[in-house]
Amino acid sequence: MKRNLNIHIEHITRVEGHGNIVLNVKAGRIEKLQWNIPEAPRFFEAMLRGKHFNQLQPITSRICGICSIGHSLASLKATEAALGVEISEQTVLLRRLALHGENMQSHILHVGYLVAPDLFGAGSIMPLLKTAHKAVINIVKIHRLANFMSDLICGRTTHPLRFCVGGFTLLPTLKELQTLREELLNGKDTVRKVAEAIQAKVHHLPDFFRETEYIALTADNLYALYDGPVASTDTGIHPVNDYLSITNEYVLPHSTAKYTRHNRESYMVGALARFNINAAQLGPLAKEIAARFDLEPVNYNPFMNTIAQLVEIADSMEDSIAIIDELMARGLKEEQPKVKIRPGRGIGAVEVPRGILFHDYTIDELGNCIKANCIIPTNQNNANIQKDMEALVPTIIDRPQNEIELTLEMLVRAYDPCISCSTHYLKVEFK
Amino acid sequence: MKPRVAVFDFSSCEGCELQLFNLEEKFLDLIKIVDVVSFREGMKEHSDLYDIAIIDGSIMRPMDAERLKVIRKNAKTVVAIGACACIGGVNKLRNQWTSENVKREVYGDADLEGNPLFDVFPAKAVDEVVKVDYYVPGCPIDRAEFTKVITAIAMGREPRLPNYPVCVECKLRENQCVFELGMFCLGPITRAGCNAICPTHRDGCAGCRGFLEDANMDALKDVLRKYNVPMDKWLKRFDMFNCKIKREK
Repeated sequence: MKRNLNIHIEHITRVEGHGNIVLNVKAGRIEKLQWNIPEAPRFFEAMLRGKHFNQLQPITSRICGICSIGHSLASLKATEAALGVEISEQTVLLRRLALHGENMQSHILHVGYLVAPDLFGAGSIMPLLKTAHKAVINIVKIHRLANFMSDLICGRTTHPLRFCVGGFTLLPTLKELQTLREELLNGKDTVRKVAEAIQAKVHHLPDFFRETEYIALTADNLYALYDGPVASTDTGIHPVNDYLSITNEYVLPHSTAKYTRHNRESYMVGALARFNINAAQLGPLAKEIAARFDLEPVNYNPFMNTIAQLVEIADSMEDSIAIIDELMARGLKEEQPKVKIRPGRGIGAVEVPRGILFHDYTIDELGNCIKANCIIPTNQNNANIQKDMEALVPTIIDRPQNEIELTLEMLVRAYDPCISCSTHYLKVEFK
Repeated sequence: MKPRVAVFDFSSCEGCELQLFNLEEKFLDLIKIVDVVSFREGMKEHSDLYDIAIIDGSIMRPMDAERLKVIRKNAKTVVAIGACACIGGVNKLRNQWTSENVKREVYGDADLEGNPLFDVFPAKAVDEVVKVDYYVPGCPIDRAEFTKVITAIAMGREPRLPNYPVCVECKLRENQCVFELGMFCLGPITRAGCNAICPTHRDGCAGCRGFLEDANMDALKDVLRKYNVPMDKWLKRFDMFNCKIKREK
């Protein structure tokens, strides 16, 4: 069919930040197809110049309200690497717990509040209160549990308060951890119920595949989130300190968020990338959920990122229970972080809900930051979203315009873009 | 008829909007008294007919200022939420440099000349561009305070913010003063309403809610002298939220 299409989706909804999609088709030929990020740039790297090392975490936490725990941890890891600060095993366990809390919070927000309305044919979660009441209640339950967890470990759900360079300012009590453990045990059944509700609607996710490169942290004996070297499905293992040769950032004029490329013209990070690289290390409940959706590595359907997030929610619950058991067995003790100022450069990498995040600081002899670089997951996914759109549009071009619009929006949503992070991001323009 | 509410975001981390999701079931109570007609982060539906506009984020570019002015024209009441919207927040940290300087630091040699997306002016709070009727301060906002302010507006009452310092709430919580722990705190001059959340978790107040207009600066100076806190350290902490004193209505 020789059709004309002018699609311009401005400020795509149900994503974090501002993004646009532009699609112009003339006589059946695609003239323009572009993923744009018009979000106002925020210049965090410039702001950090001259800041004391103790301020880097609270400031960079404000890069993103949804993954403030992840940014805080990447920031602390970079600062600690620069200053040569050692942290205790107890600190690592508590930080992993904080990261699980955020992973669950962000993922259930995306699966339940942002994606589920598409699967149930609604504009937001609000109409689902009537049509899918039980599913919504279970989604809210997991969201609340995840926030309870972040509150307990970090003192607050958004912009953590108890983190500091070298450790924690305040610890949870064993009694609080015991309560959290019970809640997590109950949560396992709630995750199963949410998976069941999503499974009944999963056929609404497009059956689309495009081979690409996946990049994530990896570890020998656990599903890597907090630490590990960088793994690529194309090129194998790389040390974190080589991150610049992986990300290769570049700027495009239609986007205030930067783009990256590694072995191919684009790569993907996030839950699906982690699943594709590290699925073998998932726990039994996560494996059970993955099997329910026939999700196996390597899966090349970007829409399945949402399902990989559901799998990770289950894994975060189970691994959190294991971490709490370890903390209970060890007992908690107050520690005084030992921090000495020395000049140096440090790089911190953490898997945050949307993928691998790098912070890189250079600190001078007075303890002030003189150079900072932050490479955010959504920036790393931008090129892959563009390439997916280019592969997807020809397969759906004969469909009604509103269906094309919805499918493109769903594609972008599947990546769970965090545009505030990347600067902010999405708008579909049909022109 | 229920007042119609629209939520808009500018330059921020969107953590304050996240607090609306974090209301969990209480959000359902809130929508019993207001109709949410636009909330890009949470819903596809959008309407330009609204009574109350809730604004999150700072204003960075002419294109954003224009968008904000249209919102002001459409709305009867404008409520700024969060430090970015109320006082400029962390975004103002870059205002000590020129726009050219920060662009070069972040985007390098990329040619951005004449590109409206990158046409930034120094970061501004919302009330530096349009009139703001009410504020919900904080980084992030306190969910309970947000609910209180919106409920008051919906009921036709004036929302009131506490006009006493964070120290009052901190004392009520029987916290050990963080100055005693060798830390620094802006609690003595910062507007309360957060229930002293930072000092409660052994982190000094960074002043995210803005300073009191009639802040007792003499008392603060006494505290700084008592604990021998050097002024330069104090000033450094002072700039994270670029606090300015908000006028009482």
